[in-house]
Amino acid sequence: MAVFTHGNISIEIDEDGFIEDPSTWNEDVAKALATTEDVFELTPNHWKVIHYLRDYFAKYGIAPMIRQLCKETGFPLKEIYELFPSGPAKGACKVAGLAKPTGCV
Amino acid sequence: MKRKVYNEVIYDEQTPLLNVPELVDNKTSNTVCFKSKAKDMEPINLPTERVPDWQNKAVELFGEMLDKYKGLRLFMDSCVRCGSCSDKCHYFLGTGDPKNMPVSRQELMRSVYRKYFTMQGKIFKNSKDCVAFDDNILKDWFTYFYQCSECRRCCVFCPQGIDTAEVTMAAREIMARLGVGTKYVTEVVHKVYTTGNNLGIWAPAWIDNCKFLEEELIEETGLKIPLPVDVNGAEVLLVPPSADNFVNTNTMLGYAKMFYAAGVSWTTSTFCNEGGNFGMFLNYHNYKTINNRILKAARDLNVKYILWGECGHAWRAGYMTRTLSGSMDFLTVKYPKHVCQFTNEMIKKGAFKLDKTANDHLKVTYHDPCNVARATTGMLEPPRDIIRATCNNFKEMHPDTTREKTFCCGGGGGMLADELMSMRMAGSKPRCMAVKATGANYLATPCAICKANFGESLKFWDTGAVVGGVHDLLSNALILNH
Repeated sequence: MAVFTHGNISIEIDEDGFIEDPSTWNEDVAKALATTEDVFELTPNHWKVIHYLRDYFAKYGIAPMIRQLCKETGFPLKEIYELFPSGPAKGACKVAGLAKPTGCV
Repeated sequence: MKRKVYNEVIYDEQTPLLNVPELVDNKTSNTVCFKSKAKDMEPINLPTERVPDWQNKAVELFGEMLDKYKGLRLFMDSCVRCGSCSDKCHYFLGTGDPKNMPVSRQELMRSVYRKYFTMQGKIFKNSKDCVAFDDNILKDWFTYFYQCSECRRCCVFCPQGIDTAEVTMAAREIMARLGVGTKYVTEVVHKVYTTGNNLGIWAPAWIDNCKFLEEELIEETGLKIPLPVDVNGAEVLLVPPSADNFVNTNTMLGYAKMFYAAGVSWTTSTFCNEGGNFGMFLNYHNYKTINNRILKAARDLNVKYILWGECGHAWRAGYMTRTLSGSMDFLTVKYPKHVCQFTNEMIKKGAFKLDKTANDHLKVTYHDPCNVARATTGMLEPPRDIIRATCNNFKEMHPDTTREKTFCCGGGGGMLADELMSMRMAGSKPRCMAVKATGANYLATPCAICKANFGESLKFWDTGAVVGGVHDLLSNALILNH
């Protein structure tokens, strides 16, 4: 199993760079994971998306629909891509410490 | 999207549509899927690690396959290496790796076949044409049989009628039973058994998604248009790809509006809210087990009939339902039926009021998903008829790239894994170039894998088009009664 280290953060990640155990996530981990997505500063807008994803994940055990994410955070998809260049499923979910969405996405 | 992200393979954008690329040996030999994990293999009835004495076991399994599937033996014997297929594969056209020529890909299996199962192999033990099942060949199998999307375009051009996808499927079956699978495919199959769908959407989330979309429809239309879940006694069980209730939500809204306008009651099932069948990309046991779930859901919910949603391999598996999963005689429609066929019949009956001008901002072209066009019958015209009925601007792509000669999107057959991104973009090139040539800004296609891969590749190849479903167009054009 791969270990990702950034500063004094050290966490286990899978082959896709996603966190292996979502319970080991915290805000410092998010900042560290964000660097792998070419996001070097987490702004309040980033945190809004991250917190929404985490709340939904805690409730339902899966990421929300993209459409719901956009509506609930108020960011159109284009802006989500600006915040997280590899998009909501791969970029934002990774930084928020969710499991990687699988299947036809 | 930044082009440099996928620069493991260098592409020449100027290469015309179907030109044969320059050959580069082993160009994609390092583009390999992540290996499956024990936590996914065990619940799907496969060995968690390479089985002991695997080489002998592999030969034994190969022999078993040859006896069980007479077609496989025929396909092994009947290739004359004429090369007709060689430049028909989108992965070969996109990469130039000779092992991506269908004939060479199959040669990886035929060379082993000759060694163990033919007179030639018994007499000429050291012949180059006869290869022992060892680590090297297994590595090539794992690499190149997972660089085939089982799309069957090459089969269309094979004068011997060899079904090359069957060869890939047999190789993957042997590997799976040796304990060699890919993370992407096995993880998805595992999720179907635990959550009912490929994405891993648990029932409460599925119900929440449907409620959310109902609210979206109220906002859009002012009407209470239902997206029913687990409704016993509904007329139709819709088996969509779960991605329609996650990313391709416009397609899902299209189904809902269509059923509403047609006055037909319908439901999805939280036991089986997935038509997509990744078992097909792995082994027969899982392929069959997953497909069986559809009939169980139909029985449990006492529906009158089943409609398959906009998903390519779902339709290919679903089309085989009566062979795979048994009789459909308990339903009023006793054969597999696609939602596009149903919608098209409704349009022909005059069930809908349609305003084509609602799609006037779109220049539409249509992509035949490989499995919809080639693996089944009766699905070449219905999607086109729906587009013609709902759009004023529809232009077909080059005839060498449509209908039974359609190109794969580049991500089918269990190849939508992100570690194969360079293959996905390379394989999508022939299709994207054909899209670009039409000047379309909307590529309609009834397949969730196609939608996912084109989501990336249409941008990557600067086509200027976005991808969407067929029912998305119907959704725009439908005039609903208040």
